[in-house]
Amino acid sequence: MFIDLLKETLWSLTGNKVRSSLTMLGIVIGIASVIAMVAIGQGAQSSISASIESIGSNLIIVMPGAQRGGGISAGRGSAETLTMDDVNAIATQVPDVKAVAPEVSRRYQITAGGNNTNTQVVGTLPTYLDVRNVQVDLGSFISTQQVQASSKVAVLGPTARDDLFGTDANPVGQSIRVNGVGFTVIGVTVLKGGAGFTNPDDYVYIPITTDQHYLAGNSFVSDISAAATSPDNIAAAQQEVTDLLLNRHKITDPTQADFNILNQADIISTASSVTGTFTALLASIAGISLLVGGIGIMNMMLTTVTERTREIGLRKAVGVRRIYINLQFLAEAVVLTFLGGFIGIILGWLMSMLASHFLSMTTQVSVSSILLAFGVSAAIGIIFGFYPARRAAALSPIEALRYE
Amino acid sequence: MIECRDLVKTYINGDVETNALKGVSFEIKEGEFVAIIGPSGSGKSTLMHIIGALDTPTSGKYILDGHEVSSLNDDELSDIRRTKIGFVFQSFNLLPRTTVMRNVMLPLLYSNTSEKEREQRALESLRYAGMDESKKNNLSNQLSGGQMQRVAIARALINNPAIILADEPTGNLDTKTSHIVMKTFQDLNAKGHTIILITHEEEIANFAERVISIRDGVVESDVVKKL
Ligand SMILES: Nc1ncnc2c1ncn2[C@@H]1O[C@H](COP(=O)(O)OP(=O)(O)OP(=O)(O)O)[C@@H](O)[C@H]1O
Ligand SMILES: [Mg+2]
Repeated sequence: MFIDLLKETLWSLTGNKVRSSLTMLGIVIGIASVIAMVAIGQGAQSSISASIESIGSNLIIVMPGAQRGGGISAGRGSAETLTMDDVNAIATQVPDVKAVAPEVSRRYQITAGGNNTNTQVVGTLPTYLDVRNVQVDLGSFISTQQVQASSKVAVLGPTARDDLFGTDANPVGQSIRVNGVGFTVIGVTVLKGGAGFTNPDDYVYIPITTDQHYLAGNSFVSDISAAATSPDNIAAAQQEVTDLLLNRHKITDPTQADFNILNQADIISTASSVTGTFTALLASIAGISLLVGGIGIMNMMLTTVTERTREIGLRKAVGVRRIYINLQFLAEAVVLTFLGGFIGIILGWLMSMLASHFLSMTTQVSVSSILLAFGVSAAIGIIFGFYPARRAAALSPIEALRYE
Repeated sequence: MIECRDLVKTYINGDVETNALKGVSFEIKEGEFVAIIGPSGSGKSTLMHIIGALDTPTSGKYILDGHEVSSLNDDELSDIRRTKIGFVFQSFNLLPRTTVMRNVMLPLLYSNTSEKEREQRALESLRYAGMDESKKNNLSNQLSGGQMQRVAIARALINNPAIILADEPTGNLDTKTSHIVMKTFQDLNAKGHTIILITHEEEIANFAERVISIRDGVVESDVVKKL
């Protein structure tokens, strides 16, 4: 009996390949698009938060404020208000800050032998390693002595190294020229893999004193990164740094501050609200494809209802009991939706793999999107495959045979 | 075995009422060979569907083997159709895109019959119905009208039913094949099967022992021939 049911189901599905494959197509499209879209959205979300986290932990960033004069603002970050004295003051006077790393950064043309690249050159202190979560892969990072001596030494990010010396080369001891000034390479940092507007893997680090002396030509700093002693102390540290700098800059009204200060938690929450919107957008596109797929399934099932009703009438006429007819049609719907669902899941997964491979997007296939997409299509497939059949099986054979 | 009492069948389509049967009564005993004749639209097929437990009358009683058919539930009706009755439809009603063999074996679905036995019985039925065995793997829509008719007959025979109901079983056959098929029915009748068939050919009706003639939904005459 069970064998008969199986055979009838398979015969019926393979006997009308167009019908079967069109129905399955609706399911495949619906499921695959939901999975791929959600994977891309969530991938983007997690890659953005990962790249924000990769810049450090418990981080507070102080940037110069807008330059003011006669009520005209020249834009945030344009003023030169932060100095090495501010850096030292934060390092010594704020108890909730465990390390401080100033940055003087600007893009320069860099050459090494025949190769050249244009990238961000960051003048900083040895504390940068700690504050910004940077690790050294080859050689060593800038030392305190090198800072004191304004040594012309450079540490390359892996991408900058690849561009200048070739992939995976060991450039330690080689020389490069930054804006015409010669530097000796002393190390390469570990790949972070973070993507974003500025890629730390493409940085070139030099001692801050060297930068100020040979490249920038002044003693201001572009920004100051400070690491709080623990995640719980971020807010306190931010407040203390703000108070200290207001005091040092002799500003009484905090709204007139000549610097901006933000912390990593703020950046992460802003970024994740943006990526959340992005994911929601993708999910709604996917939802529409799921709907379209669902209508496709429904349509296919309903257009074949006439023919199938006759078939049901005939089966009943030769004495097949109603339960077997119901079971057969249920089995057909289940096989179609599960097969289609399976293909859809594979396809959606493949699409996300392709997206991450060719469009270098991070993708993350989520189980809940698979369950949701599969649940919806399976429900549609089974309801519209089974319900009309059940109704037809309740008719008298003659009524079913005459159905139009 | 078969008892019809005052059968009425009224079709209602919107506000159009068609009285296909207007009070038909007769009795058919086990082992009879009956032909039902009548002009087109007189209600022959309608009557046959009721006798075959495929449809229910609007009013009146239909008693089959002592059971009032209208009191049976859906599964009991299916069981009766499968075990007691072989029905040959006027329009064949074969499964589309399905081989001759599968069509003939359809009534054996979900029974405890082995695949081998099913095939054997199907081949036997096909031979009985005068169907060329070489066509057994053809799809139903690759057959001529006469071939479809014989497949439909073979399907009706496969369960070796006590009652064989055939709605114009020779309508698409040439004289020679018609006679082969009618001989088959006579043969089956001799083995004890009750045969009821619809025809409008006098010549075919002559194979039967009794001829019920229907006109406008009522029995016009009921003649038992002396052999
Ligand atoms: N489902 C239906 N709905 C409405 N009217 C119907 C239906 N089925 C049959 N009829 C009508 O009932 C009458 C009897 O039909 P039936 O099919 O029994 O005729 P018949 O004697 O078998 O004719 P034929 O020799 O042409 O096959 C006809 O007038 C037909 O139009
Ligand atoms: Mg008819």
